[in-house]
Amino acid sequence: MKLLLELWTIVAVIAGAFFFFAGTVGLLRFPDSLTRLHALSKADNLGLGLVVLGLLPQVDSVSAGLKIVGIWLLVLLSGATAAQWIARTLRQSGPDS
Amino acid sequence: MTEFLLGAAAFILGMVALGLVRILRGPGDADRIMAAQLFGAGGIAAVLLLGTATGESATLDVALTLALLAAFAAFAFVKAKLAQSPGESRTADSP
Repeated sequence: MKLLLELWTIVAVIAGAFFFFAGTVGLLRFPDSLTRLHALSKADNLGLGLVVLGLLPQVDSVSAGLKIVGIWLLVLLSGATAAQWIARTLRQSGPDS
Repeated sequence: MTEFLLGAAAFILGMVALGLVRILRGPGDADRIMAAQLFGAGGIAAVLLLGTATGESATLDVALTLALLAAFAAFAFVKAKLAQSPGESRTADSP
């Protein structure tokens, strides 16, 4: 059981790190601002989410687990809202400002 | 397990640092704030990994503060950007 949980941590954290890798590559390589925003949202939500899910079996108390899930929910909420607002400023002021 | 978590934290920090090149290259302010947002998310992930690896529970509060500050930074950017854009009708802001 312990081995299984450790395996889950390793798989989920590696998957999360991969999404951060993908987000960075997208931010650097995609051609315009809206596609870069798309890549960034993946890194924010999926990367951090997978890292949090992977860390859940490793925390030592229930309250710490709830706290890291709460951090993830806060990032989900603020990341989604901020992405909409950044896209709105892009639409109003043009792609290169 | 500790070594793996520390390695993952270092990898994510490296990726985020690479993403900061976008702040240098621009071209727009929105691209720069996006790199800062990526830094926020990656910093939170790295701090959580470090905190779990070392068993230090206070790092959770650091991650929570970082999440809040990243959100405020993005909203301050949008607020300033919309205020300076000409010909914007303010009625569109109300829900």
